[in-house]
Amino acid sequence: MTVVVRTITRIVLPISLVLGGYVVMHGHLTPGGGFQGGAVAASGLALVIVAFGAGRLAGRKGLFSALESLGGVAFAALGFLGLGVTFFANVLAGSGKLFGHPVPYGPNSGDLNTGGTLPLMSWAVGFKVLAGLSAVVLLFALFGGESDR
Amino acid sequence: MSIHAPILAIAVPLLGGFAVPLLARIHKKIRDLWVLVVVLVVAACAGYVAAHVLKEGIWIYVLGARNPQETLAPGGFPIRIMLTADAMSAFMGIIAGLIVLVAFPFALKYIPEEEGKTLSLTLGVLLLAGIMGMSYTGDLFNFFVFLEVTSIAACGIIGFRTWTGRAPEAAFKTILLFGLSGLFFLLAVAFLYGEYGALNLAYLAAQIKGSMVDRLALALFLAGLLIKVAAAPVHFWAPDAYGEAPAAKTPLLVVNTQVSLYGLWRILFTVYGGALNAGVGWLVVSLGLLTMVVASFMALAQTDLGRLVAYGAVSQIGYMMLGVGVGLVTLSGRPDYGLVAMKGGIFHMLNDALTIGLLFLCVGAVEWAKGTRDLRELGGLGHGLPGVALCFLLAALALAGIPPLNGFASKILIYEGSFRLSPILGAVAVLASIFLLAVFVRAFQGAFLGPKAEVEVKLPWGFFLSLGVLAVGILVLGLVPGFFVEELVTPAAKALWHGRALYLAAVLGG
Amino acid sequence: MIGNLPFVVCMILIALGLWTLLAKRNLIKLVIGMSLIESGVNLFLVSLGYVHGGIPPIYTYAPNDALMVLPTPQALTLTSIVIGVATTALMLAFAVVIYRHKGTLDARKIRDLRG
Repeated sequence: MTVVVRTITRIVLPISLVLGGYVVMHGHLTPGGGFQGGAVAASGLALVIVAFGAGRLAGRKGLFSALESLGGVAFAALGFLGLGVTFFANVLAGSGKLFGHPVPYGPNSGDLNTGGTLPLMSWAVGFKVLAGLSAVVLLFALFGGESDR
Repeated sequence: MSIHAPILAIAVPLLGGFAVPLLARIHKKIRDLWVLVVVLVVAACAGYVAAHVLKEGIWIYVLGARNPQETLAPGGFPIRIMLTADAMSAFMGIIAGLIVLVAFPFALKYIPEEEGKTLSLTLGVLLLAGIMGMSYTGDLFNFFVFLEVTSIAACGIIGFRTWTGRAPEAAFKTILLFGLSGLFFLLAVAFLYGEYGALNLAYLAAQIKGSMVDRLALALFLAGLLIKVAAAPVHFWAPDAYGEAPAAKTPLLVVNTQVSLYGLWRILFTVYGGALNAGVGWLVVSLGLLTMVVASFMALAQTDLGRLVAYGAVSQIGYMMLGVGVGLVTLSGRPDYGLVAMKGGIFHMLNDALTIGLLFLCVGAVEWAKGTRDLRELGGLGHGLPGVALCFLLAALALAGIPPLNGFASKILIYEGSFRLSPILGAVAVLASIFLLAVFVRAFQGAFLGPKAEVEVKLPWGFFLSLGVLAVGILVLGLVPGFFVEELVTPAAKALWHGRALYLAAVLGG
Repeated sequence: MIGNLPFVVCMILIALGLWTLLAKRNLIKLVIGMSLIESGVNLFLVSLGYVHGGIPPIYTYAPNDALMVLPTPQALTLTSIVIGVATTALMLAFAVVIYRHKGTLDARKIRDLRG
């Protein structure tokens, strides 16, 4: 791809990753969450694949696979955390620990420190979706390159 | 820990499936051990749930609530996703647990390392998670999610051998049809949600009136689930799919089809129970007959042993539909023979899983030994593979319903029930059985009898363990069916037949 | 009557997608047809949650005692979109593999499995 595309990609990639991280992080307060944020971040990586070619990221396939598996394991493990009560019970909400501020009912100004296990699950899903979608685009790009006669 | 058994049966394979690629990086043996541990835990949970449900009644587990029995939020509306295990769900869980206990050790030996064993095992464990989720859930949208999980995992398994030309073609056809069926199902769920504002099975069952929207949703449910069940005339994904998947994983795909059939019964009997007319039952019965006849005829023309057994599997679905369909037709009057036919249809699910599982594992062993499944090239394997030949013969006789094997025990109930409804049904069912017996005898003769053929490869002992367990199961179920029918099948049939009020009371009453 | 317009549009989308699945031979066009049906169903599911004069169901910086649209169909639709992404990716992957083997994407020429 031309110099213009590559320069713009170098600028847009960090923006898209940060935007994806923002959408994931605020999933329990604003529209968004795990899948949406992961898809935004993956679109940045897909831009890298289009602009620089698939070879640039081809060595990272193992990393993508490991990140995807880690995301899945983290999501399921967070469900197991609640097993003292029931599966998927939100043990951190309102408890004063990691995301434990109590939630005011009704319209409020949005406290990031609430939600309990929900933001953690959003992060797990966000990583999984980022790795999964990027791996899909990467593998399609590699496929296409090999069968190019 | 044991009060969490229903959700553990679903969550452990989910966690396990995602962890398999990570563990495979550390060491291959650890991955194999992990898969075996996951399968054992699932089977143990399924057995525990069944024992508890058969003794004490419906088991409800609400996800994310303050205690697992808290079904109703303040206001009297079931708002959380819950697992509702009644006798029929427990029965499906037992079938799934039994088949994976046998199929996964077979798969661990059958799939060579260089063919992507890690991926195949991951997909298999995720398919197991989806199957257990579909069995135990009490929420309609949760059922849809697990339906799609099983669709995607199953198509990954079917298209696994991407280096052949046929497997990706089978997988493309199958994912197209599975995706379509999932979308029809989702549209039906959307109709019901728009009408009643709820997704809980019991709440919907209490509210269903039989209005136009309900009937539209019923038509869409039937359209979606009949595709997944491989009923004629939308059965044509099944021979390709069962034939092209690695033979060690095909029993899982058969259980997947049966769990979709269970989903159909759950929706027809429990959700729509009061608002059905006999027309739906006659539709199910006639499609079952059509499936039986079409699949038996198509099996005759096959030269590939795997596809032949696949058509046999499709025809058995017709028997299950016939048996439970007779129950559907007579749901308003509830005569005795309706319950008998339903018992036959439900018992046939267990027998079919064992029989078809054994047949597919035999086909896998043949393919492992000779490298081909073409009946024109095989022959005389009975000398080199006596154990496999014996198991194939046993399973073929059981499939055709020959006493004293397990197929006879369930088919006699189906014949009796359907004959009392209309003699034609019983007659066609018996004729299809006989025809299928002829087809399978021809297959047996083509593959195993004849002049002695050289078998250079020795089968691993793990194969014979799986084959042996299934063969023993077939014999035991055939010789003492009464125990299993009384303990397992009759509570399951009664849960569908007149257990609707109990189901509603368990979820909504408290 | 005008309130039913979103639902009518969704049904038209689904019908168009079904027609594409039935009438087209190219594998990629079949995937597109499937995607059309999916879009129709998702749109239907989202538009079920509409409440007249409602605002998005977010409590952060929301005006006091405002009417909110139903959030549950939005969650259902999100799940359905994710499933659709996975299905589409799988179908396209198999289409690519079929193309490598057969050199064609015409569904009538890819008929190894017959009968």
